[in-house]
This record gives sequence, structure tokens and C-alpha cells, in this order.
Amino acid sequence: MARAAVLGRLTWRVGRVVSVRDESETARTIAIDVPDWPSHLAGQHVDVRLTAEDGYSAQRSYSIASRPSDDHLELTVQRLVDGEVSPYLTQVLEPGDQLELRGPIGGWFVWRPAEQAPTVLVGGGSGVVPLMAMVRQRIAEGLPTPMRLIYSARSPETVLYGDELRAASKLDPQLRVDLTYTRKGPPGWQGRVGRLDPDRLAELTWPASAAPNAFVCGPTGFVEAVADMLVDQGHDAQRIKTERFGPSG
Amino acid sequence: MDTWLDGNAMGGPLRELFSVDVTSAMSRCANCGMVGPLAQTRLFEHAPGMVARCPNCDSILMRMVRGPGRAWLDMQGMSYLQLPMPEEG
Repeated sequence: MARAAVLGRLTWRVGRVVSVRDESETARTIAIDVPDWPSHLAGQHVDVRLTAEDGYSAQRSYSIASRPSDDHLELTVQRLVDGEVSPYLTQVLEPGDQLELRGPIGGWFVWRPAEQAPTVLVGGGSGVVPLMAMVRQRIAEGLPTPMRLIYSARSPETVLYGDELRAASKLDPQLRVDLTYTRKGPPGWQGRVGRLDPDRLAELTWPASAAPNAFVCGPTGFVEAVADMLVDQGHDAQRIKTERFGPSG
Repeated sequence: MDTWLDGNAMGGPLRELFSVDVTSAMSRCANCGMVGPLAQTRLFEHAPGMVARCPNCDSILMRMVRGPGRAWLDMQGMSYLQLPMPEEG
């Protein structure tokens, strides 16, 4: 298995921003050309380092949004109001700029397409980013794995990749995408508005008897709550992989 | 700190030290005996380093500090670390 091969220590490298694309008012996708990028697995992330002229540096981790087969590495960054790094990445960084990064990182929260069990992805806010890499890879490689994405967003304005998800789920009956809204639904929304609750989660995911693999990602509180719900509903804790993004953005 | 990250965020700092991903390695908590991947430990940024706590009993599994020219790991909180290896190795 190549993933367990000895690769050498990971060091910082420099990429060049190729393009930027706003995904919402507060989130932006940055496409980066990284020379000799060794490919990656869906679910992995990179660490980004910004260094000021006085030598002060700040690091943050960002999930990879792009497929392993894409030409450039793509990160989708959510701007945090009191962020130290995200305001720069989403409002100042422009094509042609260099960016110092380290990766790909991660061996736990990764999707390995060879596993054929149905896969449920539960994302809160920007937690959808690494899950989107999994959805994109599945589509790009024409994989048959039944996949369900449950995406909890604050409001329609904060939804990332909305058009792409709608189009993808229309094309493929084995890919189901469900959005839930915590603050405000779209015009004409008939469903509940509020935090994802156990009943709604149970409606949208497979029962424990189907033994699905689960990936849960987003703010820490969201991940803790959803993982607990899945376990309470009888899902095997060993089949639930989680990635916490810290306090809610 | 009110909230925490998980051990996935240690992946980068650990990949600076080890030539394989260590977040998927299993550790056994020396305090309560729980076994689980480092990726699912509770990670707290604790300047100048970070601290990983057992998600079951909250005791400290590992401390890491990175400085110029060295990295320091205190792993007394875990009784073992089990790493995945290639089949033929």
C-alpha cells in the first residue's frame, strides 16, 4: 500500500496562486500551482503559513477541496470575523502571489475509494470542504459507492458548492445530497430550520444495519453532537471518522 | 480553552518529525487504557506547543513543542503507539 510507504519528512514548500473564486460572501476557493505536488487523498489537508515582514508567522490548516486528478490544488477558505489568516487569504491574496504550505497531511480522515461500503458524509458549515473532495473524486472516477451528503449550513447565502451539488445529485441516483439550515431556509422552504437533530439525521442516513462508513466534519460542537447521535443510533464507532475545525466560524 | 481541535491537526507537525502519517497510529492511554487513533484525541494549542488528551478520560497523552533546531515530544501519557506498516515489512 503506497500510503504506508516511507516518504521522508514533510517540509514547507511554496506554491503560486493561479486563480481565486468566491464561493459565498465569506468563502473563497484558491487554486494553487504547487511544483511536484505528490497528489493527495480526499479528506487530507494542508498547513498554510503566513510570515510578516517582522518575522511573525501564523499557521492554519485548510482542507483540500480538489480531486487528486485536478491540475491545481484547491483550498476553500472560510473567512472568520476575528481570523488572523483567513481575512488575508480570502480578501488580499491574488493570482500570482506565492503561498507557503505543507502537505498533503492526514491518514485517518481520508476516503479510500477501494472501500465499497455505503458512505455517509455529514458536514457543518465549512466542514463540507473535505467532504466535497470525496464527492468530487467519486464522480470523477465514476465510482459506484453509494454516498450521501448531509450538509448543515446557516442559510442559503452560506452554502458552498450549491450548484455543483444540485447538478451532481440529479445525475446520479446513488449520490444523495440533503441540506439542512440552522438559521434561515431558502424562499419557500417547507422544512425545519435549526440544528440537525437525531430524528432528521436518522431520516437522512442509512440505518446502522447497512454498516455505512461515516465522515463527520465541521465545528467541534457540531462534530461531537453528530458523532454521538450516530453512535446512539447503533452505528459502529469504529466506522465513524471525525475532523473538528475548532470553534464555530 | 472552551473547545478543542482533534489530532488530525497534529498531522503537519508530526509529519515534520516522522516520515509517515502518525495520526492514524493507535495509542493506548496510560491512564484509562483506552485505545484509539491519535487523530481522534483532543488537541489543545498550548503555546509554545500542543497537548493531546485522551478523549475518554482527558488525561494528557502527548505533549509536543517545536523550537528552532529541535522538537520535543513527551509521550509518557501513552503506554504504546502502534503504527500501520506495509504488509511486506
